[in-house]
Amino acid sequence: MTVLSIQNLNVTFSTEGGDLHALKDVSFEVPERRIVGIVGESGCGKSTLINAILGLLADNGRVSGGEMMFQGRDLSRLSPREMTALRGPQIATVFQDPMGALNPVISVGRQMTNIQYRSGLSKAEKAERAVAMLRRVRIPDPEAALARFPHQFSGGMKQRIAIAMALMMEPALLIADEPTTALDATLEVATIELLQELQAQIGCSVLFISHHLGVIAELCEDVVVMYAGEVVERGTTRQVFNSSRHPYTERLLDCDPARQSSRTRHLPTIPGEIPDLRARPPGCIFAPRCHRRAPVCDTPPPEETVQSGHVARCHMVTP
Amino acid sequence: MLHYTLSRLGLAVLIVSVAMLILFSMIYLIPGDPAAVALGPRATAAMREALRIKMGLDQPVWVQFWNFFINAWQGDLGNEVLSDRPVSRVVLEQLPYTLALIAGGMVWSVALGIPLGCWAAVKRGSLADRLVGVLSVAVIAVPSFVVAIYALLIFAVSLRWLPAIGAGEPDDLGDQLVHLILPSIAVGLGWVGYIARMVRASMLEVLEAQHIRTARAFGLPDNQITYQYALTIAILPTITLLGVGIGQMLSSAVFAEIVFARPGVGKLVYDAILTRNYPLVTGAVLVTTVLFVLINLVADLIVGALDPRVRSSF
Ligand SMILES: Nc1ncnc2c1ncn2[C@@H]1O[C@H](COP(=O)(O)OP(=O)(O)OP(=O)(O)O)[C@@H](O)[C@H]1O
Ligand SMILES: [Mg+2]
Repeated sequence: MTVLSIQNLNVTFSTEGGDLHALKDVSFEVPERRIVGIVGESGCGKSTLINAILGLLADNGRVSGGEMMFQGRDLSRLSPREMTALRGPQIATVFQDPMGALNPVISVGRQMTNIQYRSGLSKAEKAERAVAMLRRVRIPDPEAALARFPHQFSGGMKQRIAIAMALMMEPALLIADEPTTALDATLEVATIELLQELQAQIGCSVLFISHHLGVIAELCEDVVVMYAGEVVERGTTRQVFNSSRHPYTERLLDCDPARQSSRTRHLPTIPGEIPDLRARPPGCIFAPRCHRRAPVCDTPPPEETVQSGHVARCHMVTP
Repeated sequence: MLHYTLSRLGLAVLIVSVAMLILFSMIYLIPGDPAAVALGPRATAAMREALRIKMGLDQPVWVQFWNFFINAWQGDLGNEVLSDRPVSRVVLEQLPYTLALIAGGMVWSVALGIPLGCWAAVKRGSLADRLVGVLSVAVIAVPSFVVAIYALLIFAVSLRWLPAIGAGEPDDLGDQLVHLILPSIAVGLGWVGYIARMVRASMLEVLEAQHIRTARAFGLPDNQITYQYALTIAILPTITLLGVGIGQMLSSAVFAEIVFARPGVGKLVYDAILTRNYPLVTGAVLVTTVLFVLINLVADLIVGALDPRVRSSF
């Protein structure tokens, strides 16, 4: 069973300089109980993707095509009211910035009970669930933590509280938008392990967004590689990381600091930059920066299947 | 919170003390002999000398200041010139009228300004938003004495809906409230605009915050997000602004009291200046300063009660 199936999703922002085509024909699936990673450079549309799923696109953005099937329902066709009902109990989210993700003037306990307003539990039961969840994410003295305010916790603790809030909803799908980017390396590992452990216990699917390849490789079973609002390659983590077929994925892996064989002063980077999404080239979006560019690349590349479940959008894929 | 309250209280005492020092220096530095001013041109030199000794003007400056300081903290601001009654009693008799006027102006401007600003922010860019924006600037731009005069002409003189002058019968609360309507409109109208603009601006900022996105991502109802999650934060700068703005309200109260011939501290000071009743002017200014400091103290305590970050930074 797939929990979330995105098919040819397109998102457009109206800007002063014209329409910005932020997501183009994005397709992938999140199967039940699986952790799917989304990786790509800053600005490739990762946050836009999850905002589209959550129905929280900025006022100037709209879904301009495609469908997002969540448990058999197309999210882009739901009313705002139905969408609100899904957010939280069905799709819960942990955001990037632990410092700003919690309300500064409402106590942690109040925030955790407020989000259970649909549960029909009594006030005491809600508080009890909050305490139990805080204990599971290893917040010391969880009863006392309820009365405290976000600024009284460290960054790592705040992020664990955010994870506790999301998983307390027992959602079918957990979306995590770079939840560890703002944390230092040791905390990052601990947070990833915690997430993994809780996901196994609760049995939800996870859509995990990161630009950190090491984290994705560690945590995720499937990977979706995005470039400039398009899915350029996807497959299992093993397929994509060990036998990547898209030149962009290859370059991304080459540039990963963890993969450098010798200690270098200069990390390799991909020359060039993401094209202006207001004027997409007719051919392959990566062609201007591609080291394997050929004349055929000026035409739209097909989605080539490398192996079952492993596809790459490139003219140069040789099966 | 206790720590925070004490530190704010200490600061308030310090500010009032400094204000007393400044006030004393000003009286001291004003050219002319207070005893001569008090007694008028026909007094003899001996009478003046006697009053100088009675007023303690023969003492060294620092003794004079110390006496002024100690007396003022005990509520003794000397006697006024005309009737020789204690200044503090005269001022405190008038104070409730001014307090009622300011409170009236503040209550209705807050009651109108906050929802308007909030509404404009939630409906950003809409016709309603632009209307609130234009109206805010308009009411801010009109001076309060103009509002007072027009309110008087329209609602009291032409339409005869509301009484024109005075503060109402002393023992009839309803009558007093009716008499409060027009003056408090004059005092508060500009503030509706200030508050609406301020609340709109800070609401727009807060609604963009990460934690509001989190609240939406948990499917909390829009109303709860607007009023509990966002407005509690957006209101904080407005409360501080109101504390500081009380000075401006006091000055519009002076106009309102004159135009509507209402008793009050503003009217008292105005009359005292006309009759050169300096002890009364000094006392009224000091009482107003204390009032200003007290209201700011209350504003700080409200902010502290609403914002845990402020509390714990002390
Ligand atoms: N409201 C908006 N209006 C116009 N353009 C937008 C808007 N939001 C995002 N974009 C554009 O869409 C593209 C994708 O942005 P997005 O924030 O989704 O990137 P991201 O992959 O999440 O980046 P990061 O790793 O920095 O978080 C960018 O080019 C961005 O400028
Ligand atoms: Mg992002």
